Order: sequence, then C-alpha cells, then structure tokens
Amino acid sequence: MISREALELRVKRRKLKNRIFHSVFFLSAFFGIAVLFVLLYDVVQMSMGWLNWNFISSFDSRKYEEAGMLAGIVGSLYLIGIAAPLSFILGVATAIYLEEYAKPNRLNWIIQANISNLAGIPSIVYGLLGLAIFVRYLGFDRSVLSGALTLTLLILPVIIVASQEAIKAVPNSLRSASFALGAGKWTTVFRIVIPSSLPGMLTGSILGVSRALGETAPIIIIGAVAYTAKLPTSIFDSFTAMPIQIYNWTGLPKEEFRHVASAGIVVLMFILLSINALAIIMRNKYSKKF
Amino acid sequence: MLANKNPTKTDLSYKGKKALLEMIMPKLLLIVSLLSIITTVGIVIILLTESYGFFKAVSIVEFLTNPKWTPMFSSQNFGVMPLVAGTMMIAIGASVVAVPLGLGSAIYLSEYAPSRVRSIVKPMLEILAGIPTIVYGFFALSVVTPFLKTIFPELTLFNALSASIVVGIMILPMVSSMSEDAMSSVPNNIRNAAYALGSTKLEVAVKVVFPSALSGIIASVVLAISRAIGETMIVTLAAGSLPNLDFNYLQSIQTMTAYIVQISKGDTPHGSIEYLTIFAVGLALFVITFVMNILAKYISGRFKEGYQ
Repeated sequence: MISREALELRVKRRKLKNRIFHSVFFLSAFFGIAVLFVLLYDVVQMSMGWLNWNFISSFDSRKYEEAGMLAGIVGSLYLIGIAAPLSFILGVATAIYLEEYAKPNRLNWIIQANISNLAGIPSIVYGLLGLAIFVRYLGFDRSVLSGALTLTLLILPVIIVASQEAIKAVPNSLRSASFALGAGKWTTVFRIVIPSSLPGMLTGSILGVSRALGETAPIIIIGAVAYTAKLPTSIFDSFTAMPIQIYNWTGLPKEEFRHVASAGIVVLMFILLSINALAIIMRNKYSKKF
Repeated sequence: MLANKNPTKTDLSYKGKKALLEMIMPKLLLIVSLLSIITTVGIVIILLTESYGFFKAVSIVEFLTNPKWTPMFSSQNFGVMPLVAGTMMIAIGASVVAVPLGLGSAIYLSEYAPSRVRSIVKPMLEILAGIPTIVYGFFALSVVTPFLKTIFPELTLFNALSASIVVGIMILPMVSSMSEDAMSSVPNNIRNAAYALGSTKLEVAVKVVFPSALSGIIASVVLAISRAIGETMIVTLAAGSLPNLDFNYLQSIQTMTAYIVQISKGDTPHGSIEYLTIFAVGLALFVITFVMNILAKYISGRFKEGYQ
C-alpha cells in the first residue's frame, strides 16, 4: 500500500502537469493568432503613406513613386468575372448529380473519389495543365481567358464539395412532399432542392472565388505579364493580376518597392476579407434550419 | 393553346416538355460531372506526353541519379535530386513547426477551450488559412528573415530556414482544424469513463482521446505535408534559386515548385529542353503529392475506430 502522503503528492503532481500543459496547449493555439496579428500589423504599417487613391487608379511604373495597381485590380476582376459564374454552374451541376441522381455504382464512386483527389493537387500543376491545354493546344495564348479557365478548374473541387454539403442538409421530407404532389425528379430538384440549398452553395462558391483571387503560381505559369500599361479590352488580351503585381514588386531590388508591395497586399487582403465577411453574413442570414 | 394558360392533364406540350427535361437533365448533369475526371486525365496525359519529350533527350536514370541540376548553364545537368532535396527540406522544416503547434492547438480547442474562446479562436485560424501564399512570402522576407538574421548572423538573404518556418505557419491551421475534427468526433462517454476513474484533463486528452483519434490526426499531418510540398510562392520568394544537396538550412536552396516558376517567368522557347523540364519536374511533383494524398485517405479509412 502507498501511504496517504505519497498518494496526495502524486495527485498534486498530476494536477500540476495538467495545469502546465493547459498553458502549453493554450499558447500553441494562440501562436497562430499572434502570427496573424504580426503579419497584418507589418503589412499595414509598411503601406502607410504609400496606399492612396493614386496607387489604386494608376498603372504600374518603373519609378516606385508612380507605381499603381489599376491593371492588377482590373485583371483580377476579369479573371473572377469569368471564373466565378463558370465554376459555380459547373460545381453546382456536379454536386446535384452526385447527391440527387448518382446511384452507388463504380463510375460514380470514381467521380467522387476523384474530386477529393483533385482538391489535393498543387495549384502549380493546374498551371501546367492550363499552359499546355488553354495557352498552347486551344491557342488562347497568354490571355485572360486562359487564366480564368485555369482558375475555374482549380476552384471547382472546393465548390463541388461545399455544394454537396448544402444539398445533404436539405431534409428528405421536403423531397417526399414534392413527389407526393406529383412533381418529377428534376422539378423537385429545381423547385425544392436548389432554392433550399442556395445559401450554402453561394457561401462555398464565394470562398472558392476568394481562393482564386489570391492564387499566384498558376497564373504565373500560364504567363500573366508582370508589367503592363494597358487594360484588357477583350478576354483574349494579355493581363496581369493583383497577386502577380505583388510578387513582382516584392522581388525588385529597390527597398521602396517593398512598401509598394505592402500597399498592394493591403488592397488584396481588404478585398478578400470583405468577400469572406460577405460569405459569413450570408451564411448566418439565409441558412435555413430544417 | 393561348386560351389555356394553366397547364392541365390534357396539355400535352407542357407535359412533353416536362418529361423531356426529366429525361435530359440527369444525362446533362452526368456529362458535367465527368469534367472532373477529364481534368485529372488531362493533367496525367499532359505531364506524361511533355515529359516523354524530355526523357527522349535525358535518360530517366540521369534524371533520378545525377546529383546536379543546372539546365540553364552551358554544361547542362538534369538531376532532379537537388530540387527534391530542397522540397524535402521545406517539408521537414515546416512539419517541425506545424505538427507540434497544430496538435497542441487542436488539443486545446477540442479538450480545454471554453466554447466562448473556441468561437473566437477558430474563425481566426480560418482567416490564417485563407491568407494568400504570396502574402506569406512577403511576410517571410520582410519579418521572419530579418528576425532570424539576428539569431544566425551567417544567414543568407534567401534561405531554407525562413521559408520552412513560414510554410509551417501556412499549414498550421490545416493540421489544427483537421486534427480537432478527429478529436471532437471521439464520443463523450469514453472521456467520461476516464474522468470517472479520476483522470485529469491532460490524461484524458493524451491517453484516451489522442489514441482514439490517431488515424484522423496522422491523415491531417500527411495532407499538410503534401500541401507543403506543393507550396510555391513562399519558397519562390524566400528560399532562393540555388539547387543543391548541402542540406544547409541557413543557405539558399531551390524547390521543385520554385524551379517551375523560375522557368515560366523567363522567355524559354516553347519545345526547348528547358521548357520541357518544367513538365518533368511537374510530373515528379504530381506523383509525390498524389501518393501522399492516397496514403492519407488510406490511413484515415483503414484505422478508423468504430463507435456505436
């Protein structure tokens, strides 16, 4: 038998160990948040005095005082303007097929397994795909269209998975009610399932779009230009994008361009955070509880 | 027809249209769904055919065993080892940062944190996960490298250390959130049984919850490492462009991804051997990440404990 004192000591030690590790775990959880704040502080602080209306409304320049982000902002809007609706339609269609129509056979299993595999492929590999297919084979050259199509394929898995989750949350009783009224399968999907799951689908798509906005590597590979002094007028024109410009400025040797890059990052992050906030608000406002 | 706006049973064209839609839509949706398969097949075919052109000029043996990678020099060497070594250095360094911190924060969020703290910390980690990698690359150059320089004065401007730490920070939310999901799905009655035996929270977390959630935790780590291997912008900006086999974290290296970017930025003519190298390197990258993703899937499926 152990004496009472020894036992109490052991319990004390165990409790102390628990308290110590509580702090260790707490600190590791807050490490990420601390980094987030250091990062945001650094970027905002460096952009002070550099981020102004001139920066947003003028073209890039080899002189740091005159460098601006207009071409990047417009280029990114072009990319998103094509990639967002396209990937939404394709993603939602795939999700509807998998959730509402697909029978559990081999083909459908392969489609589903393949989607989670696609989500794990590095974005730079999508860039190589876009380079070979859109730029070379289909002859779209280094255009807005090539970039947008590459980004569409890249964010498609994200949108499919999010839409599948949204469709799964629609209770079967709603479908049964629709069938009981004599509606067919498609009518039920179109009139009942899609409207009920739309907020979830849109939220997922918005998050996909915000990922596309920040992607740099794939559009470097398909050949977005680093420096341009004109805006694209058609989808077959060459383009630059916000992350490309940030990358370019960060790599320039002059120290002042670091400030230009940080101003660019503030603009990009502001747009991304606004988009994410919109997604969260939509999720909270329109999400239905069944 | 005009008089009868409301469709009735006798309105054949309305019924016909409906029936047609009911017939066509499933097939149309299936065709769209096949796009995801076409994408994968397209990636494999592109990488294989373009690499085939490369391997006609450079033997696979040389590609895998030559210890030098100097495609842009006059004496060309095409050994992928230095690029793979650079990538592995980043993956290992990033795991050293992300695995302990990610697991620690997952245990905190799943076992210790009051729900109010959780509801603040989790969205913050989501924001961290949503930051574009180009911004992390900038952060590595403007904050992390200067900071490390005060500790290691011999550090070069571009180095593997700074890049691995920042890649580690980038994959941290992934390890944390996926491990936390795995731990949260461990049923409470198992925890309560351990508490009833007088366990402390730490003992429950480490000896009961952690082993039960192990498959999900390992899967999250494998996926995060796979993400680190495919990471491009941080290593392009912060790790430099000097492929070598020195395994020195304080010096410049080059990863597979950073090499692809370096070539893509230049004016390499289409069809030249330098142009083809990016597809050969891309193929190697694809194979490595593909194997890791399959492995993660296998682990999380194979060792999943069933609870009733």
